[in-house]
Amino acid sequence: MSVIDNDISQQLQAKILQTISMGNSLTIKAGGSKDFYGRKVSADSVLSLAQHQGIISYEPTELVIKARAGTPLKDIQQALAENRQMLAFEPPVYNEKTTLGGTLAGNFSGPRRPYTGAARDYVLGTTIINGKAELLSFGGEVMKNVAGYDVSRLMTGALGTLGVIMDASIKVVPMPEAEITLVQSITIAEALAKLHQWSGLPLPISASCFYQNRLYIRLSGIEKAINNAGQLIGGEQLNNAHEFWRSICNQTHPFFQSQHALWRFSLASNTPVLSLTGDMLYEWGGALRWLKSDLSSQEIRCNDLLLNGHTTLYSSNAQRDAVFQALPAPLLALHRRLKQAFDPHGIFNIGRMYAEF
Amino acid sequence: MSHTSVEGVNRQQLIQQLQDFLPADAILSQPEDLRPYECDALSAYRQMPLIVVLPDTTEQIQGILRLCHKINLPVVARGAGTGLSGGALPNENGLLLSLAKLNSIIAINSELRTARVQPGVRNLAISQAVAQFGLFYAPDPSSQIACTIGGNVAENSGGVHCLKYGLTVHNIQQIKIISIAGDLITIGSTGLDCPGYDLLALMTGSEGMLGVIVEVTVKLLPKPECVQTLLAAFDDISKAGTAVADIISAGIIPAGLEMMDKLAIQAAEDFVHAGYPVDAAAILLCELDGSEIEVATHTDAVRELLNNSGATEVRTAKDAQQGLTFWKGRKAAFPAVGRISPDYYCMDGTIPRKNLARVLQTMAEMSQQNGLAIANVFHAGDGNLHPLILYDANIPGELKRAEEFGAQILELCIAVGGTITGEHGVGMEKLNQMCVQFETIELAQFHAIKAAFDPKALLNPGKAVPSLHRCAEFGAMHVHQGKLSHPELERF
Repeated sequence: MSVIDNDISQQLQAKILQTISMGNSLTIKAGGSKDFYGRKVSADSVLSLAQHQGIISYEPTELVIKARAGTPLKDIQQALAENRQMLAFEPPVYNEKTTLGGTLAGNFSGPRRPYTGAARDYVLGTTIINGKAELLSFGGEVMKNVAGYDVSRLMTGALGTLGVIMDASIKVVPMPEAEITLVQSITIAEALAKLHQWSGLPLPISASCFYQNRLYIRLSGIEKAINNAGQLIGGEQLNNAHEFWRSICNQTHPFFQSQHALWRFSLASNTPVLSLTGDMLYEWGGALRWLKSDLSSQEIRCNDLLLNGHTTLYSSNAQRDAVFQALPAPLLALHRRLKQAFDPHGIFNIGRMYAEF
Repeated sequence: MSHTSVEGVNRQQLIQQLQDFLPADAILSQPEDLRPYECDALSAYRQMPLIVVLPDTTEQIQGILRLCHKINLPVVARGAGTGLSGGALPNENGLLLSLAKLNSIIAINSELRTARVQPGVRNLAISQAVAQFGLFYAPDPSSQIACTIGGNVAENSGGVHCLKYGLTVHNIQQIKIISIAGDLITIGSTGLDCPGYDLLALMTGSEGMLGVIVEVTVKLLPKPECVQTLLAAFDDISKAGTAVADIISAGIIPAGLEMMDKLAIQAAEDFVHAGYPVDAAAILLCELDGSEIEVATHTDAVRELLNNSGATEVRTAKDAQQGLTFWKGRKAAFPAVGRISPDYYCMDGTIPRKNLARVLQTMAEMSQQNGLAIANVFHAGDGNLHPLILYDANIPGELKRAEEFGAQILELCIAVGGTITGEHGVGMEKLNQMCVQFETIELAQFHAIKAAFDPKALLNPGKAVPSLHRCAEFGAMHVHQGKLSHPELERF
């Protein structure tokens, strides 16, 4: 394994100090594979973590890997696969530059998410640099740790607006012994009903997707157990299932190849079918719905059923202004004060999440 | 840090102000009524509150917090008071806010597998209420008969099954909190994620420092089809530690993987007669769950792994009843130790599993040096130790020695890359060890987070995160004496 081992924390701290003294701002970037995501940041300069790479420690029996933020996910996945382990949250690898840091900053989680948890669920500890250029460590490498506030998970999904994730310790899990994917040709209403029926049973489902009247169910575990569950669920076995799930996870599936805006709806899984014009793909047992559409933001966001969760303008060639759903006033005020608590000079990724901070 | 000063608060005036929106029987102010609230399950720390209130609606809690905010009165929230770190210890100049009356299960959604409950609902009551749907709530702290979900969220409670099913933070979806200013804020979502910062994670385990939890939506899981328990005996505790690593590296994640040492085994056996091998240096209890095929396959694999790692005996429960018998001694371990010692002090550190043998060996040496026996009962699968230090509070100086021994154990946990608390919280108990685990700039960041939620520092003041002043003082004194000379002094 030829993973680079390179710690540039001191250079980054120096650059942040300089930025503070000049009254400037920074946009944080590692591999850049998720530049399309979130609002546009117009900062004075880029703080690059691309060179801050390396697996700091990995002991398979501890079920923990600790790596620097700029480490490509593919390197981490390879190291884990050599020991038949994996990242339980199945993060998207948009390209070979996709890093651990970017994945955590956006809390990016893939098809396995509803069944095993999100990126934030597997973060055990982080080292960060806050807006005062201080290098701070929170959490650790152990499974259970309630000393101090859970800053590691707070950083996960904060889109770099609170500080720079420098490294993280992630809980890993054993790879399943076997996997099969079954396909059924049914309507979305039938699919949602079945998904809910199955989700109440102890079945080894590890992914679900519905597109163009086909329901895809992945089962993971011991071979005999998934075969038994497969008989209960029913359907045709899909060949090249691994490629199919990878195309959904990494968004290389034809559905995602489009000039239309891509909307992401994260909803209570039993939300009825939304009547919005456009092409739709379902994941996460109905809890994640993607819409490709030219409808305006207003036309989409006024749909009452979306009150069952929240809406994100995931990617768009046009304006990227109101990407994330507006927060209620007291919650927004809390966000502003937290931003102030971590980044008092207002230098990191201003506006990436919300215009206000 | 002196925003909390309430000198001159008149109890009678306070009662009158509270009576504007609270019924008279929801306000306790007589010493005999306040007494039951003077401590939580860490009874070495006691403090009478100024007043206790028992609201039964969210609106009343908003009223209480608005009033406290206005008059700068400290507030300590309390669930069932089963906490083990003094997190619910009252403030002598403050109000104790009991959430015990908010004990309704508001809604169960079997389709979404969630339950929306008030904070005073007991942990076990949730699993009991949803059993009819074939579901359960996974986190199961040993106090689950009594402890409440609000307290579980405040402490990020674990239990014996968190190796497979996670902690409270992994098993809740949404909470409603009331800020110190009285705002009702919903955190989390009905979906699987939400916009903005992960305040759900920040609130979980925040020990009542950031807001008052008034509603929790928990995630429920389908009950596993089948459960099997194995019991393995070892003549050497380090072999038991190796067996734990072997099971994990074989790709098996048991539902529970618990270890007991010789003293704990003997105490448990004398108490509940679970048929434990009393000559063993350690026993491992391994619970496997899942489909019948999965459990059967893993049972065979684990039995072989245990034999190969040098177990002197491996038992497989013949039926559910025998499985429960295997667990009986583990579950009764704390009261069992209580029978062989007048008092015991329960610690809660977590270490990387690989250091288990080394830490156990060092603790045995510390036990000799301190002249106090120690029984070990712990969640071996996730490295969460619960050493029980045996002492007699009636012997002058023994409590102090037990506390010193406990502090040494926690510092040992930090030294091997672990943490001072896996699931019991910092509370009042481990403030000094927080100074050892964290750098000053990290503690300052915690204080900044606290101030973002509670600028006047009125919520549970003096708990969970030590003041920098306290750490400076502790650090200096630690070098000379290893112990603060006046632990009763307010140093926040």
